Amino acid sequence: MIPFLFVAFAALLVGCSLMVILHKNPVTSALFLVLAFCSLAGIYLLLHAEFVAMVQVIVYAGAIMVLFLFVIMYLNLKRDVEHGVHIALRRGAGWILGALLLAEGGLMLARRWAPGPTSTEADLSAPVGNTLAIGQSLYTRYLFPFEVTSILLLVAMVGAVVIAKGRGPGVHREPPAGASGATRGPAHPPGSE
Amino acid sequence: MAAVWNNPDVQFVFWALVKILVILHAMLGMVSYMIYAERKIAGHMQARVGPNRVGPLGLFQPVADVAKLFFKEEFVPEGANKVIFHIAPMLAVIPALVTFAVVPFGPLDALRVTDINVGLLLFLAMSSLGVYAITLGGWSSNNKYALLGGLRSSAQMISYELAMGLSTIGVLLMAGSLSLVDIVRAQEHGWFVAFQPVAFGIFMITALAETNRAPFDLPEAEAELVAGFHTEYSSMKFGLFFLGEFANVISISCIAVTLFLGGWNGPWLPESLKFLWFFAKLGVLLFFFIWVRWTFPRLRYDQLMGLGWKVLLPLSLANILVTAGVIWWRAQG
Repeated sequence: MIPFLFVAFAALLVGCSLMVILHKNPVTSALFLVLAFCSLAGIYLLLHAEFVAMVQVIVYAGAIMVLFLFVIMYLNLKRDVEHGVHIALRRGAGWILGALLLAEGGLMLARRWAPGPTSTEADLSAPVGNTLAIGQSLYTRYLFPFEVTSILLLVAMVGAVVIAKGRGPGVHREPPAGASGATRGPAHPPGSE
Repeated sequence: MAAVWNNPDVQFVFWALVKILVILHAMLGMVSYMIYAERKIAGHMQARVGPNRVGPLGLFQPVADVAKLFFKEEFVPEGANKVIFHIAPMLAVIPALVTFAVVPFGPLDALRVTDINVGLLLFLAMSSLGVYAITLGGWSSNNKYALLGGLRSSAQMISYELAMGLSTIGVLLMAGSLSLVDIVRAQEHGWFVAFQPVAFGIFMITALAETNRAPFDLPEAEAELVAGFHTEYSSMKFGLFFLGEFANVISISCIAVTLFLGGWNGPWLPESLKFLWFFAKLGVLLFFFIWVRWTFPRLRYDQLMGLGWKVLLPLSLANILVTAGVIWWRAQG
């Protein structure tokens, strides 16, 4: 039963991930990514990592991808905007990095290596659930990285607020070059209307 | 045959399927009669009688409505993204129905599909997936009213989901488990609504917002957006959105009963009949949902965001701090 389910979820995951990069429509790609996250959650469930599985769905499929979709839908991306590094260069780099990753995966599979420790100090496969174990190790042993990550997120949030508020009437700053030089009216977020 | 039947796996799957079938149909029946109740109560609140023509007291009205929905013409707009347009209504119903899998209706094993140790998280996960239906439905219709409705709903549901998740943490701290059955068992000597009144209030307000019910029905504000995200939907696809909304109301009320109102706990009845308490409490909450809808005017969009981010979120954080502080203090002495 379990191997069968694993193969089913894994096949779904691989198929969806391929569709994410192969599909032309960005919205459909994003939806396949949601499906990929959900099948990944299924694999976590098979590994008795119920908490991680549910958090995977809540955080990635439920929150992050909604915001992603939001941006993709409402920016109305018609085609890839050609900016920055030349497209041929990017494509070449992609091929090389992809080949390296594939070789690494093949090597690991051939040598039966696992990325990261195969066993942890806490017995996470206990049938009573591992939420308690995760909470305890997160708030004792891994407290510092956990807090540092939250500070990182906080900094990103503050940065986003500063960027969004930057051109409001409260902040005195030169209008960007090429902006229609009128209306310093009451707060309109840039790009509204 | 007997050999196959004696296999515990087969038995498990069989009984799970039977329970799923029963609960699914009970919930679908409940949805149609909740729509009837809504129309009837709305009628009486507005000094009308509500539907009263089909059957005695209009009791067959839901049947007639569903039959009508099935036979209506199905219409897909010209510029719509066809596949997503078809998938969106399904996404509206599925998460709402999946939640019922973890709701403990009664103390007996027969009265719940399953008791998993992350039941509460499953509910939160499903409610966070519910936003896709509305966003995708609004976007794929290729209609600006629908798009605006979808846009509003994604912003609204993301904002209120946060406060909803945080408001359940107070309960979590007191029960010490994510399993809904354990949470109900922890309330045998006192419902959590007595210890967590603030969390209960926040949960109910965010529940109204998550299910897009008035006064938070901005995604479908008819005065501004025609019908919002489902403007272009007709026939049973519209019906599915409707079904999804009401199934969501019922599932979120089930969770509220479980988390705050003691689940099946109640005096007098024997163990086997305790599920009647659950349904009595559920009925009260469903009436509350309808009552609110016909009492309060809709919020303005900036008020909605202000309430979510500046009132409910800090309040739920403060609630967690106070609850954790009290628990720690009581553990000390």
